[in-house]
Amino acid sequence: MKRTAPLLIAATVGFIIIVSTFIPYTESWGEDSMIWFDILAAVAFVLGGGNLLKMNLKKVSERRPGWAYSAIIIAAFLITLTVGLLKVGTHPNEVFWNKPWSGDYIGEGSALWWIYEYLIYPLTSTMFAMLAFYIASAAFRAFRAKNMEASLLLGTAFIVLLGRTYAAIILTGWLPELAHDAEPSFFGQLWNGLRLEKLTETIMGVFNLAGSRAINIGIALGIASTSLKVLLGIDRSYLGTGED
Amino acid sequence: MNNRANAIWAIIFVVAAIFLGWRIATGNFGRVYVKSQQVTVNADDGSVAASWETHTKVPPRDHQEEGVSLSIPRTIGLWAGAILTLCIFSFLYGDNPFYKTAESIVVGASAAYLMVIGFWTQIIPNLIGNIVPDWTRTWATPGLDPEAKADYVYLLPLMLSIMLLWRLAPVGGWISRWPLAFFIGATAGFRLIGFMEADFVAQIRATIIPIWVKDAAGGVDIWASIGALTMIVGVISCLIYFFFSLEHKGVVGKTARLGIWFLMVTFGAGFGYTVMGRIALLSQRLEFLFYEWLWLDSPTADAVSGTASLIMPALGG
Repeated sequence: MKRTAPLLIAATVGFIIIVSTFIPYTESWGEDSMIWFDILAAVAFVLGGGNLLKMNLKKVSERRPGWAYSAIIIAAFLITLTVGLLKVGTHPNEVFWNKPWSGDYIGEGSALWWIYEYLIYPLTSTMFAMLAFYIASAAFRAFRAKNMEASLLLGTAFIVLLGRTYAAIILTGWLPELAHDAEPSFFGQLWNGLRLEKLTETIMGVFNLAGSRAINIGIALGIASTSLKVLLGIDRSYLGTGED
Repeated sequence: MNNRANAIWAIIFVVAAIFLGWRIATGNFGRVYVKSQQVTVNADDGSVAASWETHTKVPPRDHQEEGVSLSIPRTIGLWAGAILTLCIFSFLYGDNPFYKTAESIVVGASAAYLMVIGFWTQIIPNLIGNIVPDWTRTWATPGLDPEAKADYVYLLPLMLSIMLLWRLAPVGGWISRWPLAFFIGATAGFRLIGFMEADFVAQIRATIIPIWVKDAAGGVDIWASIGALTMIVGVISCLIYFFFSLEHKGVVGKTARLGIWFLMVTFGAGFGYTVMGRIALLSQRLEFLFYEWLWLDSPTADAVSGTASLIMPALGG
């Protein structure tokens, strides 16, 4: 019961979704499964929030090192949750103005909008922005044109970086541009293609795309085999050790 | 960190503190102005049934226009955002309490934000709305289809949801395996179909068609066709590199090596793109600090009591 039922559930749901793609009669089954999946995903966020609260409350109550930061996490969590669930500061919906809960929970001016606009967005985007420093620093230390492969990687990165900035115009702007009104010659196109911004386009549109497509095809095959292993019950790692 | 690095950081902090002090003493900055608009809803007999005010952010240069006023909550938000942005940037010096505080805020707020989104977009309309549509319509989702009837099949996802939350209980952890199995099975099904369609069949098709690219006049576009052929060679050689059932020797080995070169170009391009993306994000954050918070751009600075006239002489302008 503890291990067989989950295997049957996973297989049934998975194959229903696959079948619903091919048999029109079962199309709605796949759509319903998708809605159920979204509901469970939303509940999983509740589980995640509950777990976050549990772990941090434990840390605060035991006064473990760094408990003050846990207290901040709890405070930020509870405040955001309260204002979001109670729709604090939202305006009523213009059509259903007599229903106080009908307003947009994330509409401009609401408390949750304020939290996103002035706390979550600046903080998360700054964290990502800081990666610019670390990527540049890591590249400076690690990039060495020691062999053909490393030279290709370094050269491509350099061209793409330059090609997406005004430096491309400064460095290779002297190369002839294609005239729009005339039939471009073979060599005209060649010279034009050597401009850094054009070279970047070619790298992104041909070489990079070829590599990305091969990687995507590989990923697709990997996902297909892993999914089949899960659905057929060959891969049971998601069931855990079975100790509980 | 050595003494030289400490000295550099100290100089940066002192210069920043002096600059901020100078801005506070001389200029107007860090304010958000909003324009108010009255929304009125009329009842069937024409009388005013309800009315409320909405506020839209306007540039500071419009602060003297009619209906424009200082927004205290948004101004507090601007300062909070700016100070927390600086707290995150302080990590460049090293891990410190300011960074950890900002990090804790983002962890707590983001978790709750996602929970709230899930609650209002999935749990209420799709779960509760399907089980008790009449009740849901009376308060949360009045726009719900008036013909919608209770669909008791949705008691199953409700049951699975409760079973999933059982994981928080000290005993009976295995109960959450059922909803987890649903999750895993559905993910496997969706991914299998989605990836085979979009990343396998569609990618192969897009690679092969067209091989010969025609130009506007109907002739063969030489460079575009060379590009298409290069793409086919690239994809095949990369796939041969990924294929380990054959030993990479002879022709296979040489093709695989070509595949490595294509992959190196892909990684280089990916690296360049990522760096550019991060730098764009960084410049966005600096714009927020310098323009939105400190009002260092003249169109904004001119707006309130001629701040630019204070800055320019200081810069020798």
